[in-house]
Amino acid sequence: MAQLTTAYRVSGLRTRPGLVERIDLPKRVVFLAAASMIAIVVLLLAFIAWQGIQLFVKDGVSIGQVLSPNWDPLADGGPQFGILPFIAGTIAVTAVALLISTPLSVGLALFLSEVAPQWARAIVQPALEIFVGIPSVVWGWLGITILVPFLASTFGGQVSLSLPVVGQVFSMPGFLTGFSWLAGSLVLSIMVLPTITSVSYDAFRAVPQELRTGSLALGTTRWQTIRHLLIPSALSGVLTAIVLGMTRAAGEALAVQMVIGNSPTLPAAITQPVTTLTSQITLDMGNTVFGEPWQDALWTMSLVLLIISITSVVLVRVINKRRMGS
Amino acid sequence: MTTANPAVGRPGSPAPSLRRKASRGTILADRAATVVLWGTGVLVLAILGAIILHFAIAAWGVVSPSFVLDDPSDTVLGGIMPVLWNSLYILVLTMLIAVPVGILGGIYMSEYAGDNAVTSAIRFAEESISSVPSIVVGLFGLILFVDDFHWGFSALAGSLALTFFNLPLMTRLAEQALRAVPQEERNASLALGATKWQTIRHVVLPLAIPGLTTGVILTAGRVFGEAAVLLFTSGLGTPPHYDFTNLDLTNPASPWSPFRPATTLSVYIYKLNSEGLGAFKNQIVDGSAAILISMVLLFNLGARLIGRVLTRRLTAA
Repeated sequence: MAQLTTAYRVSGLRTRPGLVERIDLPKRVVFLAAASMIAIVVLLLAFIAWQGIQLFVKDGVSIGQVLSPNWDPLADGGPQFGILPFIAGTIAVTAVALLISTPLSVGLALFLSEVAPQWARAIVQPALEIFVGIPSVVWGWLGITILVPFLASTFGGQVSLSLPVVGQVFSMPGFLTGFSWLAGSLVLSIMVLPTITSVSYDAFRAVPQELRTGSLALGTTRWQTIRHLLIPSALSGVLTAIVLGMTRAAGEALAVQMVIGNSPTLPAAITQPVTTLTSQITLDMGNTVFGEPWQDALWTMSLVLLIISITSVVLVRVINKRRMGS
Repeated sequence: MTTANPAVGRPGSPAPSLRRKASRGTILADRAATVVLWGTGVLVLAILGAIILHFAIAAWGVVSPSFVLDDPSDTVLGGIMPVLWNSLYILVLTMLIAVPVGILGGIYMSEYAGDNAVTSAIRFAEESISSVPSIVVGLFGLILFVDDFHWGFSALAGSLALTFFNLPLMTRLAEQALRAVPQEERNASLALGATKWQTIRHVVLPLAIPGLTTGVILTAGRVFGEAAVLLFTSGLGTPPHYDFTNLDLTNPASPWSPFRPATTLSVYIYKLNSEGLGAFKNQIVDGSAAILISMVLLFNLGARLIGRVLTRRLTAA
């Protein structure tokens, strides 16, 4: 009670707030700084959307033509702006990258959170931070100087697998130059590894320790605890990690462009060159003139990329909301 | 064999028969899993070690004082001085804008933001910008700064686009650093009659300095290596010889001017690779990549070291 009265008296000593305090300038300034990000997103959406629809509005290209698989801006019978090869390429390259990266990253996250002793964690975690910091052009250059020649020299001819009883399982043409769908996916899988690892690591750490001890006390092994307890309870976090990795993979431009071969056709085989939205934009933007239909098609492709990334942000929110709800 | 009968298991000890049944397959699976999980950790370290070793070998004989200090050349190995200068220039220009705005935004998110629609809109914006592909941010810079503002390819356009791209990261790291300051410190200050802003200014910010420093360095590391944002904003021409005595900021020929095209080290690597000309292309790219990687290592180690030193000094005082 005594404290209450003292507090009351002290508050009585305070003068009534003056104009300066009522305006609270610092609060307004820091609010503006934070809210500037909303302004950036709105501007970005507005500009890219406006440029992205020019292909339909100004150049009169129909949606059907844009969603066709024929891309040839310099064709004799009039330019063709089918962006399907790029969308399919982005999906294909991203999907294979995630197939390679997810087991590795989730395994690494489990290693760091469940298995690794303190000293091992103290080595691997900084190593991952360095992975994040390696610029994408360096990854691309590593791809060109190491991965691409390796693929071309090792799997250059017909790639086939034959088993003694079953016979030939599959056979496909090998890497001609090494610049290929697989090369792009492999480079991406390493680039998204830190993203998926760190987000799933957080998800595993968030599982209460009592659940682990409870499970182990029932006589389960560590692996049983991981499989039947940790992975199910952290599933939404791991899904978030995969979506974030997917976003990063789909949006990566330079490293992919450097190793993928850039052939604007629908992806056919993992050993063949393909192309993606980002790599075609990177390649063609400098060769086109502002306002010409070819460049407008590139802006439409950027709009598609923007829609993909905003969708994934919403997706992550939905996944997380479900976790909160359950 | 007195322990063979599970019914007589002493109270408190696990029933032996149950343990037996669970064994073999499960224990083997557990061992295998442990080996595999260790394997992932070893693999990541091995990849990183191999990369660093690769560049150490590739850069041997390329990276030298003259490589760092000379102008690029078509006939001899030459150097990368102008592009390295541009990288540092754009880094400083970007951080000059991104750090104050990011820290102020972090203050709002950590100290003022309530649980309301505005806060959630800011968070949504933060996440959105982080997930937008860097090449799209570059295109946004191209249309806004380069075309609409008529700045042309310029260091300023590149820096602003980079600021846009990295502001969410800086804001989030600043917010985390500020949130890590214990609530008691704020309460104590407020109880002494300090206003909210005085508390933030004189209590929370000083205590958050180690975290803020780490945040700044980590952001700087990302800004330094970024290329896709800069490709279409600060340009990708080979820079001319820089005359550092030209201090006229409005003159595009001056290396100090923000209104000149500024190819950075990362962009230069990309450009050399895509043009694919020159007898020394591979050496130059290897050398440049080695320098980029060393800078990344330096930024990471620096962030850790400075953060640790500052924490010790500030908490000991």
